[in-house]
Amino acid sequence: MLSDFIPLFLSMVMAGGLALTLLKAAEIFGPKRPNVTKRAAYESGMDPIGTARDRYSIKFYLVAMIFIVFDVEVVFLYPWAVSFRDFIAAGEAGGVLAVVFLFIIILGIGLLYDIKKGGLDFDDLRHQREFQGR
Amino acid sequence: MEISLDWYLALSAVLFAIGVLGVLFRRNAIVILMSVELMLNAVNLSLVAVSQSIGDLSGQILVFFVMSVAAAEAAVGLAIVIAIFRKKVSVDVNDFTLFRY
Amino acid sequence: MDLTGAYASLGSDLGNAFSLVLLSVVGLVMVVWDSLRNDHRAIPWIGVAASVLAISFELLRMPGPAEKIFYGLMWAGGYASFVNIIILAATAFTLAISVHYLDRIGHNYGEVYSLVVFASAGMIVLGSANSLITVFVGLETMSICLYILTGLVRTEEGSVESALKYFLLGAFSTGFFLYGIALLYAATGTLYLDEMPAALAGGAGSEVLLWGGVGLLFIGFLFKVSAAPFHMWTPDVYQGAPTTLTGYMSTASKASAFAALVLVVYHALPAERWMLVLAIVAAATMILGNVVAIAQSNVKRMLAYSSIAHAGYVLVGIAAGTTAGYSGALFYLLVYTLMNIGAFGVMAALEWDGHVGQKQDLDSLAGIGYRKPLLGVSMGFFMFSLTGFPPLGGFIGKYAVFAPAIDAGLTWLVIVGLLTSAASAYYYLRVLYVFWMKSPEEEAAPALDQLMASPLSMSTSVVLVVCAGLLLVLGIYPGVLESTTLFFSDSAAAVAAIR
Repeated sequence: MLSDFIPLFLSMVMAGGLALTLLKAAEIFGPKRPNVTKRAAYESGMDPIGTARDRYSIKFYLVAMIFIVFDVEVVFLYPWAVSFRDFIAAGEAGGVLAVVFLFIIILGIGLLYDIKKGGLDFDDLRHQREFQGR
Repeated sequence: MEISLDWYLALSAVLFAIGVLGVLFRRNAIVILMSVELMLNAVNLSLVAVSQSIGDLSGQILVFFVMSVAAAEAAVGLAIVIAIFRKKVSVDVNDFTLFRY
Repeated sequence: MDLTGAYASLGSDLGNAFSLVLLSVVGLVMVVWDSLRNDHRAIPWIGVAASVLAISFELLRMPGPAEKIFYGLMWAGGYASFVNIIILAATAFTLAISVHYLDRIGHNYGEVYSLVVFASAGMIVLGSANSLITVFVGLETMSICLYILTGLVRTEEGSVESALKYFLLGAFSTGFFLYGIALLYAATGTLYLDEMPAALAGGAGSEVLLWGGVGLLFIGFLFKVSAAPFHMWTPDVYQGAPTTLTGYMSTASKASAFAALVLVVYHALPAERWMLVLAIVAAATMILGNVVAIAQSNVKRMLAYSSIAHAGYVLVGIAAGTTAGYSGALFYLLVYTLMNIGAFGVMAALEWDGHVGQKQDLDSLAGIGYRKPLLGVSMGFFMFSLTGFPPLGGFIGKYAVFAPAIDAGLTWLVIVGLLTSAASAYYYLRVLYVFWMKSPEEEAAPALDQLMASPLSMSTSVVLVVCAGLLLVLGIYPGVLESTTLFFSDSAAAVAAIR
């Protein structure tokens, strides 16, 4: 009974060990050129001290909204991944691969649109003005 | 011990009712949006429970679609709320009274 | 699990769903084009070309009986083709009249057109669905695109406000709709519409779940088609949205939602059990829409209440619960699409600085008929047809929904319908009175002169003439109505056998 869980424990230990090893390795081997921004608690550019009721840049919301959509669309890849072996066994690997690539291409078109329209530009004022004008 | 389907359906009905009450009685557009999401997720719960109990997968497929639709709806809804906040500096639905009868 | 041959039918399925595939691909092409060449002039016309191509495909496809495609998720051919033609025609007309209108109000973006095309793809999925999954996916694809289109004029308070109202109430009704699906699923154990009668006959599931599910599902549908008492959002949204897109919303989305409702009551839920509920809703919708429309001074708001009233007429056909009633409802949707797109197209052509649409009083349009004869004459066609005068399509449409209702014993409902149609003549014909017989006031003259200066765009004129001409053809030549009555006869015997 308990022995069934040994692979699980093993993978947990490996995951934790790998994370710790990599962190330590980065500390030992990585170059260190600290500056004020890098040493801040959040590297996102937000000042962690001060009133929390400041108005944020609208760009945060924009990125967050885009993230929600792309994040959740990936939910369709899970059922695909789970049943992929069955499709290969049935000799239908080509069809199922084509369909999932089509799905990714459609998502990619969304990303292309987003990039081209400046949805991911944080500092390009030209795009920002264009967005506000609309 | 097996939990019977009725309990799942009852929990889902309670969650759904909480969502409906939230939409009806809260006046903040964001909170209304959150209540709608609660309604959708309550439905997801009953879909999964029913699907499991009758051994038919199509209900769970629908849940995937509901999740992605909820995300798209949230994105569009937040965009609309941002647009109206820029115009009115308020997200209180009582302030949106441009049209009457 | 045996999956051999899972993709064997994919090729023929894609061919059968040609219009859906074409619209989706063209929508994506438009998005890519718009990202590379911002707001290129050609974008709307690709959509128009695709819609026309898809219409001709569906015309060829229509005579055969409807068949199931994609493993029973959707229908193709037969009535599905008929519904698709309505949707595609509305799409083509809307794209064509929107170009000039959006140019003038300064919001001519490429995205608008791809959103319209995507919404149409969703409507096709919704209008030819055979599974509650497809119904839901189609409904939401359509609705989410329409939320964005409503709020298109971001700089204007009314547009954003109506978008928020539409969004919040639409999402709320989606919740009910979905809960109805879940309860129906619990009661019948299937999401496929045509499998439900067998499951119900087998006595599976409890009555409580079934009735709750049907009730919630109907609430969702009645909200989307703006039937009373779930109509509250309609006037605000229709008044605030850009005018040509209001025409699109009021026709195509209503047509596809009604088509899905017809499919649900025809295949899944034998209508006689809820005939009375639908009849009462229809009566309330007709009375409310027509009576409140009389009191409106804003034309867009008046047309919004009128579209509520017309949802009531369609519901009369569905409430009859017979195959003749369903086909009459589908025919009415075709006629209604033509006249409403036309009426909103005329109103869009009469907005001369972009702000007036929401506030435009009917009286400010006095004497337009003489200054813009094409608009005046075509508006005459649309208003007479909306009232239901022969020999226009509106008359045949009303006959098509009222006659089956009398056969089904709903005489009281038809009397309500006729009385309210008579009342509707007042506000429809008042538009024509103001257009042709009222002379403009002195202070309105400069604005009218400004309107005179801007010529009517070629595409708008063509669309208006085509709509008016088709209404005349549908009114004189009844062959189309006869062909719609064939849609439901073939499988009716099969459904009756299951019951």
